[in-house]
Amino acid sequence: MGVGIEVINLNAWYGTNHTLQDINLNIPANHVTALIGPSGCGKSTFVRCLNRMHETNPIARVTGTVRIGDLDIYEDANPVEIRRRVGMVFQRPNPFPTMSIYDNVAAGLKLNGYSNRRALDEIVEKSLKNSALWDEVKDELKKKSGASLSGGQQQRLCIARALAVDPEVLLMDEPASALDPVSTSKIEDLIFQLKSQYTIVIVTHNMQQAARVAEKTGFFLNGRMVEFDLTHKIFTNPSDKRTEDYITGRFG
Amino acid sequence: MEEHILPTEHKLKARIRTLTDGLATGLAVLSTLLVVAPLVAIFIYLVYKGASSLSWAFFTDVPKPVGEAGGGMANAIAGSAILLAVGSLIGIPVGISGGIFLAEFGRGTKLANAVRFTADVLNGVPSIVMGIAVYSLVVVPQGHFSAFSGGVALGIMMIPTVCRTTEEMLLMVPNAVREAALALGVPNWRSVLAITVRTASSGIITGCMLAFARVAGETAPLIFTAFGNVGWSSRLDEPIAALPLQIYVYALSPYDDWHRLAWAGALVLIVLIVLAVSLVRYVTSRGVLKGAS
Repeated sequence: MGVGIEVINLNAWYGTNHTLQDINLNIPANHVTALIGPSGCGKSTFVRCLNRMHETNPIARVTGTVRIGDLDIYEDANPVEIRRRVGMVFQRPNPFPTMSIYDNVAAGLKLNGYSNRRALDEIVEKSLKNSALWDEVKDELKKKSGASLSGGQQQRLCIARALAVDPEVLLMDEPASALDPVSTSKIEDLIFQLKSQYTIVIVTHNMQQAARVAEKTGFFLNGRMVEFDLTHKIFTNPSDKRTEDYITGRFG
Repeated sequence: MEEHILPTEHKLKARIRTLTDGLATGLAVLSTLLVVAPLVAIFIYLVYKGASSLSWAFFTDVPKPVGEAGGGMANAIAGSAILLAVGSLIGIPVGISGGIFLAEFGRGTKLANAVRFTADVLNGVPSIVMGIAVYSLVVVPQGHFSAFSGGVALGIMMIPTVCRTTEEMLLMVPNAVREAALALGVPNWRSVLAITVRTASSGIITGCMLAFARVAGETAPLIFTAFGNVGWSSRLDEPIAALPLQIYVYALSPYDDWHRLAWAGALVLIVLIVLAVSLVRYVTSRGVLKGAS
């Protein structure tokens, strides 16, 4: 089951660049929350702060509080534990190139010392079914490399890989931006199905996509969150002039 | 078919482009031939000079005293294999570990820069100097020449090549692959060993093979360490024969049949190196999935 995320006074820097300023929001459990905004507005940085990937860059810094469920991720746990509970899917599909499809999905568990073969088989099958890839790859699980799949299949493989470690939250950083329309709609269907089990945060450039998949939407601009509300309200009746300008295509 | 409607000027430009293309391709092919030619020439010459002296005895007998016909280099072949095994056991783990440190853990630190500089200097140290260094570090304290000291000399010579190629290959692994592993909640050290190194493994293996092939033919570092041996020895604490050493001694001798054996030894050395490298390539490429590189 997914858990809610509470963000209080989150600030982030890359070197001297203050990329996120005083972000406060509550992301509801088992819903899809979309983050929109022009390039460089801080939405990717924001999701990377939710699984502490931000700090893998040596010049990056973070202050503030993020609670995932009842866990204060910057106080109560180390980054490795957090990342097991908060899965991430990246903009470009990044399967492990030397691993088979099976090993890609099992990687998170295997690398954490999980070795029960039969349980692994089950988890791999379940994850691939959850990511709607099972039927396309089930005959070549251990024969084919993850890198030999098409772009859209690779991205669903990456989703399966993230699901296999059984996270509570799934972060998706523009998961469909490198994909064609057919693959994109598959990923969107998938997001719709997955929200019953996970809390999903999706960064997207594509406003129609946010409107299609998300119950709530946040609009980011220049490192600040301008507005956070129900998606249909953001797109039909935004409270802030800047949000309206952005969604009507006046800039960005 | 309808003919292309092109103004004459365009036709001329197109013809020039085709010509330039052909010229560039020709130059590339020529360069390739120039690269391959010396190797092929050496090999053909070795076969011409050495093949006639090859016999079963060459691979089973130890050298005979001067004047006696026959004799082989079995002890030198076995000796080279032992020396290279010891060298690889030392050079490959140290070199790969060093490369992993340079690329993954120490990136940008002063220590890493110092290690990289040292490796580059070590790579430039003449092999005879390496022999003398190991002589004073290992042979003198032990009190005698030994296969072990020869292996140490070869191992040290392998380190810089293995280390720097490992670093280069790891740096070529896209950051997205590292991030994917970290985002799964895999600890950094584990991600490096199981994901990054594995992704770069075919390149790292090439680096190891390069270092191996290079030291397999080294004579100078063995003169003061392995020393050579006319009889059988498979002990690490005794002087041991090696193909390059044997070739060196035979080639400098005044005897015709020894010269012929030296040619045969050179041929065998080259063939064995090629076989060893191909074997490693074959074995390591079977497990790795196609489409990985």
